[in-house]
Amino acid sequence: MRNTAMNMVHKLAARDERVLYIGSDPGAGTLRAMSKEFPKRHLIEGISEAHIIGMSAGLAMEGLLPYVNTIATFLTRRCYEQVAVDLCLHNLPVRLIANGGGLVYAPLGPTHQAIEDIAIMRALPNMTVICPCDADEAARMMEQTLDWKGPIYIRLGKGGDAIVSKAEHGFEIGKAILMRPQGDVLMVTTGIMLQRAFAAADLLAAQGVRAGILHMHTVKPLDTAALLHAIRGVKLVATLEEHVPSGGLGSAIAEALIDKLGAGLPAMLRLSLPDRFMHNYGSQDSLLKKHGLSADAIATSIEHALAASRTSAPQLHPT
Amino acid sequence: MIQISPHAEAALTCTLDERSLYLRRLVLGSVRSAGRGHVGPALSLIEMVRVLYDDVLRIDPTNPRDPNRDRAILSKGHGCLALYVLLADRGFFPLSELDGFCGPDSILGGHPEYGMVPGVEASTGALGHGLSIGVGLALAARMRERSYRTFVLLGDGEINEGSVWEAAMGAAKHGLDNLVAIIDYNKLQSYGPTDYVLPLEPLADKWRSFGFAVQELNGHDVGALRTVLKQVPAVPGKPTAIICHTVKGKGLPAAESNADWHHKNKLTDSELDAIRVAVGDF
Repeated sequence: MRNTAMNMVHKLAARDERVLYIGSDPGAGTLRAMSKEFPKRHLIEGISEAHIIGMSAGLAMEGLLPYVNTIATFLTRRCYEQVAVDLCLHNLPVRLIANGGGLVYAPLGPTHQAIEDIAIMRALPNMTVICPCDADEAARMMEQTLDWKGPIYIRLGKGGDAIVSKAEHGFEIGKAILMRPQGDVLMVTTGIMLQRAFAAADLLAAQGVRAGILHMHTVKPLDTAALLHAIRGVKLVATLEEHVPSGGLGSAIAEALIDKLGAGLPAMLRLSLPDRFMHNYGSQDSLLKKHGLSADAIATSIEHALAASRTSAPQLHPT
Repeated sequence: MIQISPHAEAALTCTLDERSLYLRRLVLGSVRSAGRGHVGPALSLIEMVRVLYDDVLRIDPTNPRDPNRDRAILSKGHGCLALYVLLADRGFFPLSELDGFCGPDSILGGHPEYGMVPGVEASTGALGHGLSIGVGLALAARMRERSYRTFVLLGDGEINEGSVWEAAMGAAKHGLDNLVAIIDYNKLQSYGPTDYVLPLEPLADKWRSFGFAVQELNGHDVGALRTVLKQVPAVPGKPTAIICHTVKGKGLPAAESNADWHHKNKLTDSELDAIRVAVGDF
C-alpha cells in the first residue's frame, strides 16, 4: 500500500505541476525515480516535522500541492499544532501520507504505533481522514487527492495487505462502500480491518449469521447517508478499528447514529484496541489477535453481542 | 548574559518622531476601546512594521492578493496592534475598525487572522510558526519564478521554539535570499528578561551559524531600518536575519522594559494621563 501510494505521488507529479513530494528523512531511495525526473519537486527536509508542515502551508498558500510523508506518529503527535493552525485553520490542500497507521510498526514499540491518530486528526475542523484498505484502493484514492479542497490525512497500512477492493467499487472521498449487503449484523470498518471483516463474515455465515460490511474508508467527512441506509433492518451494528476506543471510527459511527436517530438507536458493539499503549511487540497480526481483532475473535464477539441483544431489552441504567 | 550592544543602548535613548507617536496613539486608542491588548510587544515593533509598510514592501492596498506582492508575516502574532494600525493607516481597511479591536463582530482579534483582515498573510498567535510558512512562501517564489520577497517578524521570546531553528536550517539549506527574518529583540518576554527565561546569547552568532547573513541595529531608528531593509538580501544566496534591538513598551515611560505591560487590561485614568503626556492626546 505504501509503495503504491508513493508511486502515485510520482504519477500525479507527472500529470500536475503543482504536486510536490516532501519527506522528512524517509528510507533510502524513497521515490528515487521521481527525484530524478522532477528533482525540484522531490524535497527531503530533515527530521523537522513541525517545520515541514509550516513550510508545506506556505507552499500551498502559493498554489502548490505538497504530499508530506513520514511515519504516522511523527506526522500527527510531533506537529499537531502546525497541522491544526497552519493547515486546518488556513484550510490548505496539503496531503499527509502517514506510513504505518495502527500497529504496522508493532515491533518498534509505542513511539511508532499510531493508535490515536484517527481521533486527533478527526477532531480538527477542515481535516479529511482517509484509511484505504489495500494497495488498489490506495491508488484509486490518490487519484482523488488532486482537487480535494483542504488538508487530507491518509493513514496507510503496510505493504502486502490482501487485495479485497475491486475496481468496480470505485472510490470517492467521503462515500462509503457497501462491500457485503447487510443481514443480521452490519460491520463497519476502516483501513485494513476490512480484510478481517470479510473473514469474520464468512465464519459468521457458517454459523447461520448473515453479516454485512460497510467500508468507511473516509472517516471524515463521514458518509452518514450510507450508514443510515446500511443499518436498516439489522439487529447489531459492529464497528471494527485498529485504534483506541476514544474518538476513532466507533466513536464517529456512534455520534452519527445519536445525532440522526436519537432514541431509536440500534444495538452497537465497538471492537477496538484497548485504551492503553501497547507494551508488546511481535507483529501487527499478533497484536490485533491479542486484543480481540482477529477474524475468529471478531466473529465470536459479534455472536455474543447478537445473543445479548436478543435476550435483553435496552436499559438506561443497568444494574 | 546579554551582551551590551550599542544598538540596545541607542534603542533606550532614541527619541520618536511624530509619525511614530501618531501610530502609538492609534495602538493605545485600540487598547482603551477594547479594555485589553498586548501593549509592550506592539510598541517595540512599531518602527519595524512602519518602515516595512511605508518604505519597503511592494504592496497595493487596493489589490491585497496581488500575486507579485511582497509577503510579510507577523509571526509574533500578539504584536498585532502594530500591524493593524499600519494596515489601517495604509488603507487596507478603515481606521474606524481599530475601535472595535477584540469586539464580538470585529475583524481584528487579539491575534491576526488570515481571511479576516485584509493584508494579513497568515493566522498567527501560536508562536514558532511564521518562519516555516515564510520558507514555504519563499521556496514557492523560486519554484514559480516570482520576484516577491518574504519578510517574517519574530519575537525574541518566540525564538525559544525549536521549530524556528528547524526553519532556519531549512532556509539556509535552500539558500533563500528572498527571505528575511526580522527579530524584535526587546529582551523581555512575558515572565521576565529573556536572559532569565531562556538565554539567547550569542544571538547574532546563532543566526550566523545557522547560515543567515546577519545585521544588527536599533529597531526604533527609522533611518537605519530603511537602509538595512532596503538592502536585502544582505548577502546573495543567503537568507537574511535582522536583529532589531528594541525596548518593550517603547515610548511609554511606565511601560518601557516593564513586564507588567506585556498585556494590559483596562487602562486607569492616571495611566491614560501618563500616555497623553508621552505620545500626545488621543
